[in-house]
Amino acid sequence: MSDKEKWESLIEKTLTKRPERKAEFINGSGITVKRLYDPEDTANIGYDENLSYPGMYPYTRGVQPTMYRGRLWTMRQYAGFATAEESNKRYKYLLNQGQTGLSVAFDLPTQIGYDSDHSLSEGEVGKVGVAIDSLKDMEILFDGIPLDKVSTSMTINSPASVLLAMYIAVAEKQGVTPDKLSGTIQNDILKEYIARGTYIFPTEESMRLITNIFEYCASNVPKWNTISISGYHIREAGSTAVQEVAFTLADGIAYVDAAIKAGLDIDEFAPRLSFFFNSHNDLLEEVAKFRAARKLWAKIMKERFGAKNPKSMMLRFHTQTGGSTLTAQQPDNNVVRVAVQTLAAVLGGTQSLHTNSRDEALALPSEDSVRIALRTQQIVAYESGVTETVDPLAGSYYVESLTTEIEKKAAEYIKKIDDLGGAAKAIERGFMQKEIQDSAYKYQKEIEKGERIVVGMNKFEIEESTPKGLLRVDPAVGEMQKQKLENLKAERDNKKVIDDLEALKKAASGDENLMPYIIEAVRSYATLGEICDVLRSVFGEYQQSVIL
Amino acid sequence: MNRPIRVLVAKPGLDGHDRGAKVVARALRDAGMEVIYTGLRQTPEQIAEAAIQEDVDCVALSVLSGAHNHLFPKIVNLLRDKGGDDILVVGGGVIPEEDIPGLKDAGIAAVFTPGTPTGIAIDFIKQNIKRA
Repeated sequence: MSDKEKWESLIEKTLTKRPERKAEFINGSGITVKRLYDPEDTANIGYDENLSYPGMYPYTRGVQPTMYRGRLWTMRQYAGFATAEESNKRYKYLLNQGQTGLSVAFDLPTQIGYDSDHSLSEGEVGKVGVAIDSLKDMEILFDGIPLDKVSTSMTINSPASVLLAMYIAVAEKQGVTPDKLSGTIQNDILKEYIARGTYIFPTEESMRLITNIFEYCASNVPKWNTISISGYHIREAGSTAVQEVAFTLADGIAYVDAAIKAGLDIDEFAPRLSFFFNSHNDLLEEVAKFRAARKLWAKIMKERFGAKNPKSMMLRFHTQTGGSTLTAQQPDNNVVRVAVQTLAAVLGGTQSLHTNSRDEALALPSEDSVRIALRTQQIVAYESGVTETVDPLAGSYYVESLTTEIEKKAAEYIKKIDDLGGAAKAIERGFMQKEIQDSAYKYQKEIEKGERIVVGMNKFEIEESTPKGLLRVDPAVGEMQKQKLENLKAERDNKKVIDDLEALKKAASGDENLMPYIIEAVRSYATLGEICDVLRSVFGEYQQSVIL
Repeated sequence: MNRPIRVLVAKPGLDGHDRGAKVVARALRDAGMEVIYTGLRQTPEQIAEAAIQEDVDCVALSVLSGAHNHLFPKIVNLLRDKGGDDILVVGGGVIPEEDIPGLKDAGIAAVFTPGTPTGIAIDFIKQNIKRA
């Protein structure tokens, strides 16, 4: 009798005495988790072709040869609220606390290309991020922050070209040339249509703006990550880990296709593509997810697109811990969730990380909560020991099996999306939206039936008092921004603004790269709303397909 | 009256977070109600208009951007202006406890915060719609 057979007979006896907690153990992606994984599960996973070494194709074990032994990930807390002045203070605080990169949150009017004085902006100015109406606000936002020393990520999509133009213009004023700038714009419109909702223009015109940015940055802002292809919001909307990988990479394929169609060379723009994933509580599934995503993308770039430059094949990614996993009940428990999710991101080989604050199911995070979130990263970085060797979970029978399984299931989804005509077409038909909603509803049902436990929410509840010390945005911010806009329009050279906007309009009607025109308009203090209105007048607006 | 309860699930303002709105919409539908979902970025005027047009018993609003104090009361007032005083208005989202009394004074019958089981919202609507 082999040892395995002996173990199996032991199991039989054990089960008669003590049945397992559940008849079946199924993870969030619908993958059945076995009682035990052993060498048989990984026997067919050839090391060289499936894992190889870190910094080597297919990058399953990481994109850098030495990973965190060389340099830790960038600790980058997403922040921004109220006015540029307030947010500038928060950035300086975070940099003083040991944060190593900036991440700008814009308010909804900014993200949707409306100035603060637009009727649709009422009640939203400065709420979920900082209000930026013109270069003036951007100058204040980065006042005293040397843009050649810090890398900045901006969560901006539809109007990404305008905010990037403003960043370039602020840098100019600091005496920093564009080639010295490093950072990221999210610039990922497809996931806005799928899950996040801050779209402006129709698909084709949005794809043009995106490829214009790829092209412009390849020759002018070479260190800039021109897109952050995001699974984060797809997951927040309720997708499983497998769907997160599949839909994100399907979007990635659509961007590469669009850029190639626009005549760009893959090995020129692809090295600047970056990704953004979520990190949830199922630690080992998340680790496997990150590894599977890296491997799958490398194969797609090499085999599907024929990329030659290794940098084109490397999936570099930012991670944010899962906002939707946080509970409003017993909010301090969220610190522990975030710690688990941080470990998952780090064991999965992330390049940068935002850790959520414990109070985010209640309001924007307070300064104390943000500090604890940052300290969580620092504790994992400096105390946990997981950074001392590269990809420490490699070789785990379970993690390797799960990595292979997630890769396989995500590839099946990508095939389905290909059959629908690619990501843009699939979105039009509501395919991804429907899949995500089904998962979200299933998850909610599981919680309500008690099949899934969320500590403090549907089990281990306590009576609680109203939480104190939440951050509130002063409602006067809207009025302050309006006043600033009025002053700006009185001070600037309005003739120049009109000329620049006219030139942009003409260019938008043709097929030139729009970046130089946008930069020129921004320099003249044309507002974000004015620039987006010009583009709206030429491009039209996206019509959401409502799927329920 | 035997017709099913009709609910308009609406997303006012610029907020794009609609996971909760859609989950609630499906749960209400599974509970036998007729549900109309507006989609994103509806103005208070559009929502009030749709509520009247669709002859709903309840408007369920969802906002996660912090603009609730501005948007929710506006919708209640518009409904009143248009003769929809009898329409039950409820809200949900990331809404601080301390804002809830003010919203209730403004005519929002109930505010459901994160973690609320859908069954609670369903029961509340069933028990509080103004026609029997």
